[in-house]
Amino acid sequence: MSYASSFYFTLPEVILSLSGLALLMVAAFAGKASARIVTILSVAALFGAGIFTAHLLSDPAFALGGDAFSGVYRMDAFGSYAKILIYLATIGILMVTQRYFDSTGEYRPEYPVLMIFGAVGMGMMVSAVDLMTLYLGLELSSLSSYVLASYARSDGRSAEAGLKYFVLGALASGILLYGMSLVYGFTGATDYLSILAAMSDGLSGGMLFGLVFVLAGLAFKISAVPFHMWTPDVYEGAPTPVTAFFATAPKVAAIALLMRVALDPFGAQVDAWRQIVIFSALASIVVGALGAIGQANLKRLLAYSSINNVGFILIGLAAGTQAGAGAMLVYLAFYVAMTLGSFVAVLMLRDGEGRQVETLADIAGLSRSHKGLALCLAVMMFSLAGIPPLMGFWGKFVVFRAAVDADLILLAAVGIAASVIGAFYYLKIVKVMYFDEPAGVVAGKGDAASWVVLALTTLFVSPLGFLLTIWLGNWTNRAAAALFFAA
Amino acid sequence: MHPIHFIVFLPLLAAIVGGLTNKAAPAVFTKGLTTGALFVAAVLSWMVFLPFVAGTAEAQVVPVLQWVQSGTLSFDWALRVDTLTAVMLVVITTVSALVHLYSWGYMEEDPDQPRFFAYLSLFTFAMLMLVTADNLVQMFFGWEGVGLASYLLIGFWFKKPSANAAAIKAFVVNRVGDLGFMLGIFGTFLVFGTVDIPRILEMAPAMSGSDITFMGMRLYTMDILCILLFIGAMGKSAQLGLHTWLPDAMEGPTPVSALIHAATMVTAGVFMVCRLSPMFETAPVALGVVTFIGAATCIFAATVGTTQWDIKRVIAYSTCSQLGYMFFAAGVGAYGAAMFHLFTHAFFKALLFLGAGSVIHAMHHEQDMRYYGGLRKHIPLTFYAMLAGTLAITGLGVYHLGVGFAGFWSKDAIIEVAFARGTEVASFAFWMGVFAALLTSFYSWRLMFLTFWGKPRWIESEHIQHSVHKTPEQAGEDTTGGYHPHESPVSMLIPLGVLTVGAIAAGQVFAPAFLDSADFWDGSIFYNEPLIHAMHGVPVLVKYAAFIVMLLGFVIAWYGYIRNTAFPAKVAEQLGPVYRFLYNKWYFDELYDRIFVRPAFWIGRQLWQRGDVGIIDRFGPNGAAWVVERGVGVAKRVQSGYLTSYALIMLLGLVAAVTWILM
Repeated sequence: MSYASSFYFTLPEVILSLSGLALLMVAAFAGKASARIVTILSVAALFGAGIFTAHLLSDPAFALGGDAFSGVYRMDAFGSYAKILIYLATIGILMVTQRYFDSTGEYRPEYPVLMIFGAVGMGMMVSAVDLMTLYLGLELSSLSSYVLASYARSDGRSAEAGLKYFVLGALASGILLYGMSLVYGFTGATDYLSILAAMSDGLSGGMLFGLVFVLAGLAFKISAVPFHMWTPDVYEGAPTPVTAFFATAPKVAAIALLMRVALDPFGAQVDAWRQIVIFSALASIVVGALGAIGQANLKRLLAYSSINNVGFILIGLAAGTQAGAGAMLVYLAFYVAMTLGSFVAVLMLRDGEGRQVETLADIAGLSRSHKGLALCLAVMMFSLAGIPPLMGFWGKFVVFRAAVDADLILLAAVGIAASVIGAFYYLKIVKVMYFDEPAGVVAGKGDAASWVVLALTTLFVSPLGFLLTIWLGNWTNRAAAALFFAA
Repeated sequence: MHPIHFIVFLPLLAAIVGGLTNKAAPAVFTKGLTTGALFVAAVLSWMVFLPFVAGTAEAQVVPVLQWVQSGTLSFDWALRVDTLTAVMLVVITTVSALVHLYSWGYMEEDPDQPRFFAYLSLFTFAMLMLVTADNLVQMFFGWEGVGLASYLLIGFWFKKPSANAAAIKAFVVNRVGDLGFMLGIFGTFLVFGTVDIPRILEMAPAMSGSDITFMGMRLYTMDILCILLFIGAMGKSAQLGLHTWLPDAMEGPTPVSALIHAATMVTAGVFMVCRLSPMFETAPVALGVVTFIGAATCIFAATVGTTQWDIKRVIAYSTCSQLGYMFFAAGVGAYGAAMFHLFTHAFFKALLFLGAGSVIHAMHHEQDMRYYGGLRKHIPLTFYAMLAGTLAITGLGVYHLGVGFAGFWSKDAIIEVAFARGTEVASFAFWMGVFAALLTSFYSWRLMFLTFWGKPRWIESEHIQHSVHKTPEQAGEDTTGGYHPHESPVSMLIPLGVLTVGAIAAGQVFAPAFLDSADFWDGSIFYNEPLIHAMHGVPVLVKYAAFIVMLLGFVIAWYGYIRNTAFPAKVAEQLGPVYRFLYNKWYFDELYDRIFVRPAFWIGRQLWQRGDVGIIDRFGPNGAAWVVERGVGVAKRVQSGYLTSYALIMLLGLVAAVTWILM
């Protein structure tokens, strides 16, 4: 492994790290006035990193990827696919953020820089093939997240969110680290391949403990039940763009990370963790749905919605097959689009004074004053509810099919039944927007950037999205294959 | 393109185009379109039919498209044109065209005319589909199609609750028959492995005598199949037991009654039995059943007809009775006679109905004959048409002169052939037929006398009172109340004229072909040559039996309703229970209400309130919603906002996972 090839493979992270550092300098010297230019440059950096990642992804020579830095980092189709989703989500959120802080004037250049560092960490998470790199990436992204959660310093709720996130995140990190040390202690290795080899002969008690602790630590990051408790509070308290960010990019990174850990080093012991994943999947679906029904706050509702969606994604993991992994990646793409679109639509809800409107009652009768916005939001809700022909249905469909193919018919059946509960609150939003008496709270128009993001995501989940499914299918197949190349 | 394509699909096209432009185009567009299409179809039908009479046409099957191909089940859409079909084509399209034209006048003031005409054309298409069917499934398609159209047209005035009830009743009672028909089709497919009619008829003789075991009984296969199919025919043709819907169907507009519930749809059962006649010939028991049911219906309906007051109901029971004639003709093996009666009946019964419609039109929608009287002078053209219809249905004709109205030729042939057959059930049919002929004559002349003779009694009618704004007291001596009935418009009189010609001459012209010519039928029905010879050889008294009872019936009616008008009331009083029994239609409706309707409602209510609401809703949707609601409460309580409890739940989860995995 030459350094040249190592740097080549890690180029997306290198680009982002250097950009982040450079932009931090700009921010430090130019001050608050540079917020706009720093944001634009950050988007450019993410875009560059994304282009390069796409280039690697589409290069057949790297179909199975290559290791960097003595096997602690791996560039492959799987990581690249996840990174593209992460970068796209981050770009989308950077595009719509500034407008949110217009009313408070709190937008500063470190916001995009934090996002960039978060993206670096997430890139490392999805590419890590060693517990050390895993942890570094995870912490890098988490630390950015803690700061971002409490970004609205003047808002007590934001500070509370940051604090809660930090404390519980630290606890989860501790659990994860403890598990990693157990795994290392009982297998003698931190790199995935060696752990896989050590675990192939059977699990000792210590390994089992380590495995459960590692998975639990990661379950916190994806906010799977019962490690989800922080999600509603943090999502509600954090500034809305940050919430949108939490619900998309770090989710993708954490799920991709969990997939790789579960299927690579722990891949030989699928039966050991399958039942836990099944429980967590069903519990997430049910708790997410039940929690969401009771919410009057849209952000909180979407927080539960993301818990609910994570449950569906975990069904693909429970399958433990390549088809299951592919299905998860398909679902992730639609999940990112739906969540990003929903949050952008919520971001565009402002009252006459430009303040964020975030309760369900406030959007009553929205369809009469804001036809386009209501339509986009309705499309998102129908898609999240999994109603054909919108793409949210397809994501659920492939996940359930993978489960059925893996003989987890009962899981699929219960999952489908539970998704009915979920449909309730999504449809309730549509009902409130279209059939209730107008509340007349929402005023003003959205800015162009928000409309672009909203329109693109809406088109993606609309039936037009089927035009993209060939590429999406190819990419997810290739990505899933890369995950299973060792098997 | 064969003309049959146009005959069958022009009405469909007209129905679709006319129906879809219901609101967009003026009413006259749909009316013109459908009526025009039907007249073209009628002309084409006669062009198809006459070569069969002349003996120059060949039976043929015109394919339309492949329909079903599934395992061993395979059949096509195909239009069969043979003598039997040609007869039906003429009947259907001619009467339908005339009814379309008639409706221009009769429905003049209705706001929904396009819908009415579109339904009429749709019905015609379905009926044509039925009679051109080359396989049982296609026949069933037409069968259900006419049922649908009948439902829609009976309930055409859907704002009238009685019309809705009648429509539903017709549909439901027909379902009972249809179940039999469907089982018959399934069974036929099971036995023969095909639904193709020619192939079934080809194989049927070989199946004669084979039996199957069903619930421990040994039954003849062909008898079972034929009885099941006949149950279908009973429903559609309103035979005793499944007849209750037909009188109620008179809630529909009168042109509908003429077309569907007299001339065409109700004869579908007769047509079906004739179409499958070679199959029925292998099933002696089934034929006995057909004969018996036919004869019983014939007499039953005739007795009820003698007591009704509603002019349309009298004709409806008359129809029921005449259908009975057709069935027992088929039952004794004279399918040609059955079809001939179907053919002539279509003309004179359509005439009677349309004439009744003309009377009702003139009398401001009053249908009760008690409030008619003396109309002869007010609406003379209608009177002459009705007179021709009455002479035709009562069968006026003299055997030795060889002249007679339509009904004379066909009905007398049926009575003679029943006598000639000589079996026990055929003798029963013969006596019932003769007696029913007496009653037919009586109730037909009763109708005529009440309507056209005597003094006007209109002022008693509420319809007329509304029209002239007078009560009987105010009117005093003038029993017309100053109301002057007017003759119907030309569009209604032309159909009456055409049908009058048919009622007078159809028997005379076509009797040789229908009754005596095996070449005419050309194998399209089972033709029993020796039976027809025997029919011609019956004693003269038998030949005059119908004529004698017809005169008798006329005399009784004349005495009771012209000479001594107090006589009928006296008789009714003397024979109180019998009269009430007949007047209440043998209490069939009350009986069915007790046996079927109320228990069905009870079961339905139980299933609804106990089963659906009490169990399925309670433990299904409502129960699930209840659980979800509770779950929401729990989820909210757990989400307390305290960091410590969050951390605790995380750790509990971790412990649980470890415990589970270690166990």
